[in-house]
Amino acid sequence: MKILVCISNVPDTTTKITFTNDNTQFNTAGVQFIVNPYDEIALSRAIELCEGGKGTVTVINVGESATEPTIRKALAIGADDAVRVNAAPRDAYFTAFQIAEYAKANDFNMILCGRESIDYNGSQVAAMIGEFLDIPSISIIKKLDFDGTTATVEREIEGGKEVVSVTGKFVASCAEGTAEAKIPNMRGIMSARTKPLTVVEAVAIEELGKVTKFETPAPRGAVKLVPAENAEELITLLHTEAKVI
Amino acid sequence: MSVLVYVEQADGKFKKSVFEAVSYAKAIADNQNTNLTAISIGNVSETELKELGKYGASKVLNVAADQLKNFVNQAYASVIAEAAKKEDANLVVLSNSFSGKGLAPRIAVKLKAGLVDGAVELPNFDGGFAVKKTAFSGKAFAITTLTSDNKVIALNPNAFGVKENSAEATIENFTPEIKSTDLTAIVKEIVRATNKISLPDAELVVSAGRGLKGPENWGMIEELADLLGAATACSKPVSDADWRPHSEHVGQTGIAISPNLYIAIGISGAIQHLAGVSSSKVIVVINKDPEAPFFKVADYGIVGDAFEIVPKIIAALKAHKG
Repeated sequence: MKILVCISNVPDTTTKITFTNDNTQFNTAGVQFIVNPYDEIALSRAIELCEGGKGTVTVINVGESATEPTIRKALAIGADDAVRVNAAPRDAYFTAFQIAEYAKANDFNMILCGRESIDYNGSQVAAMIGEFLDIPSISIIKKLDFDGTTATVEREIEGGKEVVSVTGKFVASCAEGTAEAKIPNMRGIMSARTKPLTVVEAVAIEELGKVTKFETPAPRGAVKLVPAENAEELITLLHTEAKVI
Repeated sequence: MSVLVYVEQADGKFKKSVFEAVSYAKAIADNQNTNLTAISIGNVSETELKELGKYGASKVLNVAADQLKNFVNQAYASVIAEAAKKEDANLVVLSNSFSGKGLAPRIAVKLKAGLVDGAVELPNFDGGFAVKKTAFSGKAFAITTLTSDNKVIALNPNAFGVKENSAEATIENFTPEIKSTDLTAIVKEIVRATNKISLPDAELVVSAGRGLKGPENWGMIEELADLLGAATACSKPVSDADWRPHSEHVGQTGIAISPNLYIAIGISGAIQHLAGVSSSKVIVVINKDPEAPFFKVADYGIVGDAFEIVPKIIAALKAHKG
Protein backbone atom coordinates (compact mmCIF):
# COMPACT_ATOMS: atom_id res chain seq x y z
CA MET A 1 0.00 0.00 0.00
CA LYS A 2 1.17 3.51 -0.84
CA ILE A 3 -0.25 6.60 0.86
CA LEU A 4 0.40 10.17 -0.20
CA VAL A 5 0.00 12.80 2.53
CA CYS A 6 -0.22 16.48 1.58
CA ILE A 7 1.42 18.84 4.01
CA SER A 8 1.20 22.57 4.23
CA ASN A 9 3.77 24.90 5.80
CA VAL A 10 1.81 27.28 8.07
CA PRO A 11 2.50 29.86 10.79
CA ASP A 12 2.62 28.42 14.30
CA THR A 13 -0.77 28.57 16.07
CA THR A 14 0.48 31.17 18.57
CA THR A 15 1.44 33.61 15.80
CA LYS A 16 0.11 37.13 16.02
CA ILE A 17 -1.05 37.80 12.47
CA THR A 18 0.10 41.06 10.85
CA PHE A 19 0.46 42.26 7.26
CA THR A 20 2.88 44.40 5.26
CA ASN A 21 2.90 46.30 1.96
CA ASP A 22 -0.35 48.14 2.59
CA ASN A 23 -2.00 44.99 3.95
CA THR A 24 -1.39 42.98 0.82
CA GLN A 25 1.14 40.50 2.22
CA PHE A 26 1.33 38.32 5.30
CA ASN A 27 4.20 39.51 7.49
CA THR A 28 6.49 36.51 7.95
CA ALA A 29 9.06 38.38 10.04
CA GLY A 30 9.78 36.46 13.23
CA VAL A 31 7.14 33.85 12.40
CA GLN A 32 7.84 30.22 13.19
CA PHE A 33 6.45 27.81 10.58
CA ILE A 34 5.09 24.36 11.37
CA VAL A 35 3.45 21.38 9.69
CA ASN A 36 -0.25 22.31 9.49
CA PRO A 37 -1.74 20.64 12.60
CA TYR A 38 -4.51 18.86 10.66
CA ASP A 39 -1.95 17.54 8.16
CA GLU A 40 -0.08 16.06 11.14
CA ILE A 41 -3.23 14.16 12.03
CA ALA A 42 -3.50 12.86 8.44
CA LEU A 43 0.19 11.91 8.47
CA SER A 44 -0.13 10.15 11.83
CA ARG A 45 -3.06 8.04 10.59
CA ALA A 46 -1.18 7.19 7.39
CA ILE A 47 1.81 6.01 9.45
CA GLU A 48 -0.48 3.88 11.66
CA LEU A 49 -2.09 2.26 8.60
CA CYS A 50 1.35 1.38 7.20
CA GLU A 51 2.82 0.06 10.46
CA GLY A 52 4.34 -3.43 10.40
CA GLY A 53 5.49 -3.18 6.81
CA LYS A 54 1.98 -2.81 5.37
CA GLY A 55 2.97 0.12 3.21
CA THR A 56 4.87 3.34 2.70
CA VAL A 57 4.00 6.96 3.34
CA THR A 58 5.14 9.76 1.03
CA VAL A 59 4.62 13.38 2.03
CA ILE A 60 4.22 16.06 -0.59
CA ASN A 61 4.50 19.80 -0.14
CA VAL A 62 4.11 22.59 -2.66
CA GLY A 63 6.55 25.23 -1.55
CA GLU A 64 9.86 26.95 -2.06
CA SER A 65 13.07 25.64 -0.47
CA ALA A 66 12.29 27.51 2.79
CA THR A 67 9.65 24.85 3.59
CA GLU A 68 12.23 22.04 3.81
CA PRO A 69 12.53 22.16 7.63
CA THR A 70 8.77 21.54 7.79
CA ILE A 71 9.12 18.63 5.36
CA ARG A 72 11.98 17.18 7.46
CA LYS A 73 9.70 17.42 10.50
CA ALA A 74 7.13 15.29 8.65
CA LEU A 75 9.89 12.77 7.85
CA ALA A 76 10.91 12.80 11.53
CA ILE A 77 7.33 11.98 12.51
CA GLY A 78 7.62 8.87 10.36
CA ALA A 79 7.01 9.45 6.64
CA ASP A 80 9.27 7.29 4.44
CA ASP A 81 10.09 9.84 1.78
CA ALA A 82 9.12 13.31 0.64
CA VAL A 83 8.47 15.33 -2.47
CA ARG A 84 8.61 19.08 -2.76
CA VAL A 85 7.01 20.78 -5.75
CA ASN A 86 9.27 23.76 -6.19
CA ALA A 87 6.85 26.71 -6.35
CA ALA A 88 5.14 29.18 -4.05
CA PRO A 89 1.70 27.71 -3.32
CA ARG A 90 -0.31 30.41 -5.10
CA ASP A 91 -3.70 29.09 -4.00
CA ALA A 92 -5.57 25.83 -3.41
CA TYR A 93 -6.31 25.38 -7.12
CA PHE A 94 -2.63 25.62 -8.01
CA THR A 95 -1.55 23.42 -5.10
CA ALA A 96 -4.16 20.72 -5.75
CA PHE A 97 -3.24 20.64 -9.44
CA GLN A 98 0.46 20.09 -8.65
CA ILE A 99 -0.33 17.27 -6.23
CA ALA A 100 -2.76 15.67 -8.70
CA GLU A 101 -0.10 15.82 -11.44
CA TYR A 102 2.39 14.07 -9.16
CA ALA A 103 -0.19 11.48 -8.09
CA LYS A 104 -1.06 10.71 -11.73
CA ALA A 105 2.52 9.75 -12.43
CA ASN A 106 2.92 7.77 -9.19
CA ASP A 107 0.43 5.18 -8.07
CA PHE A 108 -1.12 5.77 -4.62
CA ASN A 109 -3.92 3.85 -2.89
CA MET A 110 -5.07 6.89 -1.02
CA ILE A 111 -4.26 10.57 -0.65
CA LEU A 112 -4.75 12.19 2.74
CA CYS A 113 -4.84 15.88 3.63
CA GLY A 114 -5.73 17.87 6.73
CA ARG A 115 -9.28 19.23 6.91
CA GLU A 116 -8.00 22.73 6.18
CA SER A 117 -4.83 24.74 6.50
CA ILE A 118 -4.82 27.08 9.46
CA ASP A 119 -3.67 30.03 7.33
CA TYR A 120 -6.20 30.37 4.51
CA ASN A 121 -8.70 27.91 6.04
CA GLY A 122 -9.56 26.65 2.61
CA SER A 123 -10.63 23.00 2.96
CA GLN A 124 -10.26 23.02 -0.82
CA VAL A 125 -7.18 21.01 -1.73
CA ALA A 126 -8.47 17.49 -0.97
CA ALA A 127 -11.69 17.77 -2.98
CA MET A 128 -9.89 19.54 -5.83
CA ILE A 129 -7.33 16.72 -6.05
CA GLY A 130 -10.27 14.28 -6.16
CA GLU A 131 -11.78 16.21 -9.05
CA PHE A 132 -8.52 16.54 -10.98
CA LEU A 133 -8.01 12.77 -10.63
CA ASP A 134 -11.71 11.94 -11.06
CA ILE A 135 -11.75 9.82 -7.90
CA PRO A 136 -13.98 10.07 -4.79
CA SER A 137 -13.14 12.63 -2.13
CA ILE A 138 -14.46 12.66 1.41
CA SER A 139 -14.05 15.92 3.25
CA ILE A 140 -13.60 16.35 6.99
CA ILE A 141 -13.35 12.82 8.30
CA LYS A 142 -12.82 11.84 11.92
CA LYS A 143 -12.18 8.11 11.53
CA LEU A 144 -10.45 6.07 8.83
CA ASP A 145 -10.11 2.29 8.63
CA PHE A 146 -8.72 0.34 5.69
CA ASP A 147 -8.92 -3.45 5.21
CA GLY A 148 -6.61 -3.60 2.21
CA THR A 149 -9.32 -3.00 -0.39
CA THR A 150 -12.11 -0.99 1.19
CA ALA A 151 -11.84 2.09 3.36
CA THR A 152 -14.50 2.92 5.91
CA VAL A 153 -14.53 6.52 7.03
CA GLU A 154 -16.65 8.61 9.32
CA ARG A 155 -17.40 12.04 7.97
CA GLU A 156 -18.47 15.00 10.07
CA ILE A 157 -21.98 16.32 9.36
CA GLU A 158 -23.93 19.00 11.21
CA GLY A 159 -25.02 17.44 14.47
CA GLY A 160 -23.65 13.98 13.81
CA LYS A 161 -21.68 11.74 11.50
CA GLU A 162 -22.00 9.79 8.29
CA VAL A 163 -20.26 6.47 7.69
CA VAL A 164 -18.99 6.15 4.11
CA SER A 165 -17.35 3.17 2.47
CA VAL A 166 -15.13 3.50 -0.57
CA THR A 167 -13.33 0.91 -2.65
CA GLY A 168 -10.48 1.97 -4.89
CA LYS A 169 -8.45 5.13 -4.87
CA PHE A 170 -9.76 8.10 -2.93
CA VAL A 171 -8.81 11.36 -1.26
CA ALA A 172 -9.84 12.32 2.27
CA SER A 173 -9.27 15.36 4.48
CA CYS A 174 -8.69 14.50 8.12
CA ALA A 175 -9.91 16.29 11.24
CA GLU A 176 -9.34 15.64 14.93
CA GLY A 177 -10.28 12.14 15.97
CA THR A 178 -8.74 10.46 12.89
CA ALA A 179 -5.51 9.95 14.86
CA GLU A 180 -3.50 11.37 17.72
CA ALA A 181 -0.79 13.59 16.27
CA LYS A 182 2.55 11.76 16.64
CA ILE A 183 5.55 13.51 18.15
CA PRO A 184 8.91 12.76 16.53
CA ASN A 185 11.38 10.81 18.67
CA MET A 186 15.18 11.15 18.58
CA ARG A 187 15.58 8.24 16.17
CA GLY A 188 13.00 9.81 13.86
CA ILE A 189 14.76 13.15 13.95
CA MET A 190 18.14 11.55 13.16
CA SER A 191 16.83 9.39 10.32
CA ALA A 192 14.84 12.28 8.81
CA ARG A 193 18.09 13.90 7.74
CA THR A 194 18.90 11.10 5.35
CA LYS A 195 15.45 10.12 4.09
CA PRO A 196 14.89 10.90 0.39
CA LEU A 197 13.48 14.34 -0.43
CA THR A 198 12.86 14.75 -4.14
CA VAL A 199 12.31 18.15 -5.69
CA VAL A 200 10.11 18.38 -8.78
CA GLU A 201 9.20 21.43 -10.84
CA ALA A 202 5.67 22.83 -10.96
CA VAL A 203 3.34 22.49 -13.95
CA ALA A 204 1.73 25.67 -15.28
CA ILE A 205 -1.97 26.27 -14.70
CA GLU A 206 -4.18 29.33 -15.18
CA GLU A 207 -4.93 31.73 -12.32
CA LEU A 208 -8.60 32.11 -11.40
CA GLY A 209 -8.28 34.65 -8.62
CA LYS A 210 -6.03 35.89 -5.87
CA VAL A 211 -5.97 37.55 -2.48
CA THR A 212 -5.71 41.27 -3.09
CA LYS A 213 -5.97 42.60 0.46
CA PHE A 214 -6.00 41.53 4.10
CA GLU A 215 -7.92 43.01 6.98
CA THR A 216 -7.70 42.44 10.70
CA PRO A 217 -10.90 42.31 12.75
CA ALA A 218 -12.07 45.57 14.27
CA PRO A 219 -11.11 45.76 17.95
CA ARG A 220 -13.96 45.30 20.39
CA GLY A 221 -14.99 47.95 22.91
CA ALA A 222 -14.10 47.57 26.58
CA VAL A 223 -15.68 44.71 28.48
CA LYS A 224 -18.70 45.57 30.63
CA LEU A 225 -18.22 43.80 33.93
CA VAL A 226 -21.22 42.52 35.84
CA PRO A 227 -20.48 42.06 39.57
CA ALA A 228 -20.58 38.40 40.61
CA GLU A 229 -23.16 39.09 43.32
CA ASN A 230 -25.52 40.49 40.65
CA ALA A 231 -24.85 37.78 38.07
CA GLU A 232 -28.59 37.67 37.24
CA GLU A 233 -28.21 41.09 35.67
CA LEU A 234 -26.39 39.48 32.75
CA ILE A 235 -29.67 38.04 31.45
CA THR A 236 -31.30 41.50 31.49
CA LEU A 237 -28.32 43.00 29.64
CA LEU A 238 -28.33 40.27 27.01
CA HIS A 239 -32.05 40.77 26.51
CA THR A 240 -32.46 44.55 26.58
CA GLU A 241 -29.04 45.88 25.60
CA ALA A 242 -27.31 43.29 23.42
CA LYS A 243 -30.69 41.96 22.22
CA VAL A 244 -29.33 38.47 21.56
CA ILE A 245 -31.76 36.51 23.74
CA MET B 1 -26.49 34.46 -17.43
CA SER B 2 -27.98 33.69 -14.02
CA VAL B 3 -27.05 32.75 -10.47
CA LEU B 4 -27.43 29.19 -9.16
CA VAL B 5 -27.69 28.35 -5.47
CA TYR B 6 -27.36 24.80 -4.15
CA VAL B 7 -29.84 24.18 -1.35
CA GLU B 8 -28.65 21.37 0.90
CA GLN B 9 -31.37 19.35 2.60
CA ALA B 10 -31.20 17.18 5.69
CA ASP B 11 -34.06 14.71 6.15
CA GLY B 12 -36.07 16.58 3.53
CA LYS B 13 -35.81 19.94 5.27
CA PHE B 14 -33.81 23.10 4.65
CA LYS B 15 -31.96 24.75 7.48
CA LYS B 16 -31.56 28.44 8.18
CA SER B 17 -28.06 28.43 6.65
CA VAL B 18 -29.64 27.38 3.35
CA PHE B 19 -32.14 30.25 3.40
CA GLU B 20 -29.17 32.51 4.17
CA ALA B 21 -27.34 31.23 1.09
CA VAL B 22 -30.48 31.82 -1.01
CA SER B 23 -30.86 35.36 0.40
CA TYR B 24 -27.19 36.06 -0.33
CA ALA B 25 -27.40 34.68 -3.87
CA LYS B 26 -30.57 36.72 -4.48
CA ALA B 27 -28.78 39.93 -3.46
CA ILE B 28 -26.05 39.19 -6.02
CA ALA B 29 -28.58 38.26 -8.72
CA ASP B 30 -30.41 41.56 -8.13
CA ASN B 31 -27.16 43.46 -8.42
CA GLN B 32 -26.45 41.71 -11.72
CA ASN B 33 -30.05 42.12 -12.96
CA THR B 34 -30.50 38.41 -13.33
CA ASN B 35 -32.58 35.57 -11.94
CA LEU B 36 -31.83 33.17 -9.15
CA THR B 37 -32.30 29.44 -9.65
CA ALA B 38 -31.98 26.96 -6.80
CA ILE B 39 -31.02 23.31 -7.13
CA SER B 40 -32.15 20.74 -4.60
CA ILE B 41 -30.93 17.13 -4.56
CA GLY B 42 -32.70 14.39 -2.62
CA ASN B 43 -36.21 13.82 -1.43
CA VAL B 44 -37.83 17.17 -0.57
CA SER B 45 -41.57 17.91 -0.56
CA GLU B 46 -43.06 20.51 -2.89
CA THR B 47 -44.15 22.62 0.09
CA GLU B 48 -40.59 22.77 1.36
CA LEU B 49 -39.20 23.58 -2.11
CA LYS B 50 -41.76 26.41 -2.44
CA GLU B 51 -40.27 27.94 0.73
CA LEU B 52 -37.19 28.88 -1.31
CA GLY B 53 -39.30 31.45 -3.17
CA LYS B 54 -39.68 33.41 0.03
CA TYR B 55 -35.97 34.14 -0.02
CA GLY B 56 -35.73 34.99 -3.68
CA ALA B 57 -35.42 31.84 -5.82
CA SER B 58 -37.65 32.21 -8.88
CA LYS B 59 -37.02 28.65 -10.09
CA VAL B 60 -36.13 25.45 -8.26
CA LEU B 61 -34.54 22.51 -10.05
CA ASN B 62 -35.56 19.40 -8.18
CA VAL B 63 -33.33 16.34 -8.54
CA ALA B 64 -35.14 13.46 -6.88
CA ALA B 65 -33.14 10.54 -8.36
CA ASP B 66 -33.10 7.60 -5.98
CA GLN B 67 -29.32 7.06 -6.35
CA LEU B 68 -28.82 10.56 -4.96
CA LYS B 69 -31.00 10.10 -1.89
CA ASN B 70 -27.84 10.23 0.24
CA PHE B 71 -24.98 12.65 -0.19
CA VAL B 72 -22.33 11.45 -2.65
CA ASN B 73 -19.77 14.20 -3.02
CA GLN B 74 -18.64 13.32 -6.51
CA ALA B 75 -22.10 12.83 -8.02
CA TYR B 76 -23.63 15.86 -6.31
CA ALA B 77 -20.82 18.05 -7.64
CA SER B 78 -21.41 16.72 -11.17
CA VAL B 79 -25.16 17.38 -10.95
CA ILE B 80 -24.69 20.94 -9.64
CA ALA B 81 -22.11 21.71 -12.34
CA GLU B 82 -24.51 20.30 -14.98
CA ALA B 83 -27.28 22.52 -13.64
CA ALA B 84 -25.00 25.56 -13.80
CA LYS B 85 -24.31 24.83 -17.48
CA LYS B 86 -27.98 24.21 -18.26
CA GLU B 87 -29.00 27.47 -16.55
CA ASP B 88 -26.12 29.40 -18.09
CA ALA B 89 -25.15 30.35 -14.53
CA ASN B 90 -21.68 31.79 -14.07
CA LEU B 91 -21.97 32.02 -10.30
CA VAL B 92 -22.73 29.10 -7.99
CA VAL B 93 -23.47 29.89 -4.34
CA LEU B 94 -23.69 27.33 -1.56
CA SER B 95 -23.48 27.16 2.20
CA ASN B 96 -20.00 26.51 3.63
CA SER B 97 -21.32 23.50 5.56
CA PHE B 98 -19.46 20.20 5.99
CA SER B 99 -20.94 18.96 2.71
CA GLY B 100 -20.50 22.35 1.07
CA LYS B 101 -16.78 22.25 1.86
CA GLY B 102 -16.56 18.99 -0.07
CA LEU B 103 -18.68 20.15 -3.00
CA ALA B 104 -17.48 23.69 -3.71
CA PRO B 105 -13.89 22.74 -4.71
CA ARG B 106 -15.08 20.00 -7.08
CA ILE B 107 -17.66 22.28 -8.70
CA ALA B 108 -14.98 24.99 -9.04
CA VAL B 109 -12.61 22.61 -10.86
CA LYS B 110 -15.38 21.33 -13.14
CA LEU B 111 -16.38 24.87 -14.14
CA LYS B 112 -12.83 26.29 -14.08
CA ALA B 113 -14.24 28.73 -11.57
CA GLY B 114 -12.43 30.80 -8.98
CA LEU B 115 -13.62 29.80 -5.51
CA VAL B 116 -14.07 31.79 -2.34
CA ASP B 117 -15.00 29.65 0.64
CA GLY B 118 -15.84 31.02 4.04
CA ALA B 119 -17.27 34.21 2.49
CA VAL B 120 -18.64 36.65 5.07
CA GLU B 121 -19.92 39.55 2.95
CA LEU B 122 -21.48 40.30 -0.42
CA PRO B 123 -18.95 40.73 -3.23
CA ASN B 124 -17.64 44.19 -3.96
CA PHE B 125 -18.24 44.83 -7.66
CA ASP B 126 -16.18 48.02 -7.93
CA GLY B 127 -13.62 47.28 -10.60
CA GLY B 128 -13.83 43.52 -10.21
CA PHE B 129 -15.37 40.83 -8.09
CA ALA B 130 -13.84 40.89 -4.60
CA VAL B 131 -15.15 38.75 -1.76
CA LYS B 132 -14.18 38.97 1.89
CA LYS B 133 -13.50 35.67 3.63
CA THR B 134 -12.16 34.56 6.97
CA ALA B 135 -8.46 33.67 7.10
CA PHE B 136 -5.88 32.70 9.70
CA SER B 137 -8.65 30.99 11.68
CA GLY B 138 -10.53 34.20 12.43
CA LYS B 139 -7.41 36.24 13.19
CA ALA B 140 -7.84 38.08 9.86
CA PHE B 141 -9.90 38.44 6.70
CA ALA B 142 -8.64 37.99 3.15
CA ILE B 143 -10.22 39.87 0.26
CA THR B 144 -10.10 37.53 -2.72
CA THR B 145 -10.57 38.95 -6.19
CA LEU B 146 -11.89 36.42 -8.69
CA THR B 147 -10.87 36.94 -12.29
CA SER B 148 -12.36 33.84 -13.91
CA ASP B 149 -15.64 33.96 -15.91
CA ASN B 150 -17.24 31.36 -13.66
CA LYS B 151 -17.23 31.75 -9.90
CA VAL B 152 -18.16 29.74 -6.83
CA ILE B 153 -18.87 31.19 -3.37
CA ALA B 154 -19.35 29.12 -0.20
CA LEU B 155 -21.00 31.36 2.39
CA ASN B 156 -20.24 31.00 6.11
CA PRO B 157 -23.31 30.27 8.25
CA ASN B 158 -24.56 33.23 10.31
CA ALA B 159 -22.55 35.73 8.24
CA PHE B 160 -25.25 37.29 6.06
CA GLY B 161 -28.57 36.59 7.73
CA VAL B 162 -31.89 35.63 6.18
CA LYS B 163 -33.61 38.24 4.00
CA GLU B 164 -37.14 37.66 2.82
CA ASN B 165 -38.08 38.36 -0.77
CA SER B 166 -41.47 37.79 -2.31
CA ALA B 167 -40.60 35.75 -5.39
CA GLU B 168 -42.83 32.85 -6.32
CA ALA B 169 -40.75 29.76 -7.07
CA THR B 170 -41.64 27.49 -9.97
CA ILE B 171 -40.51 23.91 -9.53
CA GLU B 172 -38.95 21.98 -12.38
CA ASN B 173 -37.82 18.38 -12.26
CA PHE B 174 -34.23 17.97 -13.39
CA THR B 175 -32.97 14.53 -14.39
CA PRO B 176 -29.30 14.78 -15.25
CA GLU B 177 -27.36 11.76 -16.42
CA ILE B 178 -25.53 10.22 -13.47
CA LYS B 179 -22.25 8.41 -14.17
CA SER B 180 -21.77 5.19 -12.23
CA THR B 181 -18.14 6.17 -11.59
CA ASP B 182 -19.47 9.14 -9.61
CA LEU B 183 -21.25 6.81 -7.19
CA THR B 184 -18.42 4.67 -5.83
CA ALA B 185 -18.40 6.15 -2.31
CA ILE B 186 -21.38 4.68 -0.49
CA VAL B 187 -23.12 6.03 2.58
CA LYS B 188 -23.53 3.17 5.05
CA GLU B 189 -25.02 4.95 7.99
CA ILE B 190 -26.12 8.41 9.10
CA VAL B 191 -26.13 9.21 12.80
CA ARG B 192 -27.67 12.54 13.65
CA ALA B 193 -28.78 13.75 17.05
CA THR B 194 -32.15 15.28 16.19
CA ASN B 195 -32.74 16.92 19.55
CA LYS B 196 -29.52 18.94 19.53
CA ILE B 197 -28.65 22.16 17.76
CA SER B 198 -25.59 21.68 15.59
CA LEU B 199 -22.67 23.87 16.56
CA PRO B 200 -21.74 25.42 13.18
CA ASP B 201 -25.35 26.54 12.62
CA ALA B 202 -26.08 27.67 16.17
CA GLU B 203 -27.02 31.30 16.82
CA LEU B 204 -26.28 30.93 20.52
CA VAL B 205 -23.42 28.88 21.98
CA VAL B 206 -22.55 28.00 25.57
CA SER B 207 -18.95 26.84 25.89
CA ALA B 208 -16.91 25.64 28.82
CA GLY B 209 -13.29 24.86 29.58
CA ARG B 210 -10.97 23.34 32.13
CA GLY B 211 -12.40 25.63 34.80
CA LEU B 212 -15.28 23.15 35.02
CA LYS B 213 -12.84 20.66 36.63
CA GLY B 214 -14.36 17.49 35.15
CA PRO B 215 -16.89 16.07 32.68
CA GLU B 216 -19.31 15.33 35.52
CA ASN B 217 -19.88 19.07 35.93
CA TRP B 218 -21.33 19.66 32.46
CA GLY B 219 -24.92 19.28 33.69
CA MET B 220 -25.29 22.99 34.38
CA ILE B 221 -23.71 23.89 31.02
CA GLU B 222 -26.23 21.70 29.22
CA GLU B 223 -29.07 23.08 31.29
CA LEU B 224 -28.08 26.64 30.45
CA ALA B 225 -27.75 25.74 26.76
CA ASP B 226 -31.15 24.03 26.73
CA LEU B 227 -32.83 27.02 28.35
CA LEU B 228 -31.28 29.36 25.79
CA GLY B 229 -31.82 27.04 22.83
CA ALA B 230 -28.05 27.11 22.40
CA ALA B 231 -25.48 24.58 21.22
CA THR B 232 -22.72 23.42 23.57
CA ALA B 233 -19.02 23.80 22.80
CA CYS B 234 -15.71 23.39 24.61
CA SER B 235 -12.04 24.33 24.59
CA LYS B 236 -9.20 22.17 23.26
CA PRO B 237 -7.91 20.81 26.61
CA VAL B 238 -11.43 19.61 27.36
CA SER B 239 -11.81 17.66 24.10
CA ASP B 240 -8.20 16.42 24.33
CA ALA B 241 -9.01 15.00 27.78
CA ASP B 242 -12.12 13.37 26.28
CA TRP B 243 -14.41 15.21 28.68
CA ARG B 244 -16.36 16.28 25.61
CA PRO B 245 -16.40 15.05 21.96
CA HIS B 246 -13.98 16.57 19.41
CA SER B 247 -16.96 17.86 17.44
CA GLU B 248 -17.55 20.39 20.23
CA HIS B 249 -14.02 21.79 20.15
CA VAL B 250 -13.99 25.38 18.91
CA GLY B 251 -10.76 27.20 18.21
CA GLN B 252 -7.97 27.32 15.70
CA THR B 253 -7.54 23.57 15.36
CA GLY B 254 -11.19 22.80 16.06
CA ILE B 255 -13.99 24.59 14.29
CA ALA B 256 -14.49 28.31 13.84
CA ILE B 257 -17.92 29.67 14.67
CA SER B 258 -19.63 33.05 14.48
CA PRO B 259 -22.81 32.88 16.57
CA ASN B 260 -24.79 35.91 17.76
CA LEU B 261 -23.88 35.04 21.35
CA TYR B 262 -20.92 33.08 22.69
CA ILE B 263 -20.78 32.43 26.43
CA ALA B 264 -17.37 31.16 27.59
CA ILE B 265 -17.30 29.62 31.04
CA GLY B 266 -14.02 28.68 32.69
CA ILE B 267 -12.01 29.27 29.49
CA SER B 268 -8.97 31.51 29.85
CA GLY B 269 -8.86 32.54 26.18
CA ALA B 270 -5.63 31.27 24.63
CA ILE B 271 -4.90 32.90 21.26
CA GLN B 272 -5.81 29.65 19.47
CA HIS B 273 -9.22 29.55 21.15
CA LEU B 274 -9.93 33.23 20.47
CA ALA B 275 -9.13 32.69 16.80
CA GLY B 276 -12.07 30.32 16.45
CA VAL B 277 -14.66 32.46 18.23
CA SER B 278 -13.62 36.08 17.73
CA SER B 279 -16.18 36.69 15.00
CA SER B 280 -19.02 35.97 17.44
CA LYS B 281 -21.25 39.01 17.60
CA VAL B 282 -21.52 39.18 21.42
CA ILE B 283 -19.05 37.46 23.75
CA VAL B 284 -19.70 36.81 27.45
CA VAL B 285 -16.86 35.57 29.62
CA ILE B 286 -17.26 34.02 33.06
CA ASN B 287 -13.94 33.31 34.73
CA LYS B 288 -12.61 33.46 38.27
CA ASP B 289 -9.29 34.90 37.09
CA PRO B 290 -9.70 38.65 36.43
CA GLU B 291 -6.47 38.52 34.39
CA ALA B 292 -7.81 35.89 31.96
CA PRO B 293 -6.98 37.14 28.43
CA PHE B 294 -10.53 36.34 27.32
CA PHE B 295 -11.86 39.44 29.13
CA LYS B 296 -9.92 41.62 26.68
CA VAL B 297 -12.14 40.54 23.79
CA ALA B 298 -15.38 40.11 25.73
CA ASP B 299 -18.41 42.38 25.59
CA TYR B 300 -19.70 41.29 28.99
CA GLY B 301 -17.75 39.67 31.78
CA ILE B 302 -18.31 38.26 35.23
CA VAL B 303 -15.32 37.61 37.46
CA GLY B 304 -16.27 34.75 39.73
CA ASP B 305 -16.56 31.03 40.34
CA ALA B 306 -18.52 29.30 37.58
CA PHE B 307 -20.10 26.95 40.13
CA GLU B 308 -21.72 29.94 41.84
CA ILE B 309 -22.38 32.16 38.81
CA VAL B 310 -23.90 29.67 36.38
CA PRO B 311 -26.71 28.49 38.72
CA LYS B 312 -27.60 32.15 39.36
CA ILE B 313 -27.80 32.80 35.63
CA ILE B 314 -29.91 29.68 35.12
CA ALA B 315 -32.32 30.87 37.81
CA ALA B 316 -32.47 34.35 36.26
CA LEU B 317 -33.10 32.88 32.85
CA LYS B 318 -35.95 30.73 34.16
CA ALA B 319 -37.47 33.83 35.77
CA HIS B 320 -36.97 35.81 32.55
CA LYS B 321 -38.76 33.17 30.52
CA GLY B 322 -41.54 33.07 33.10
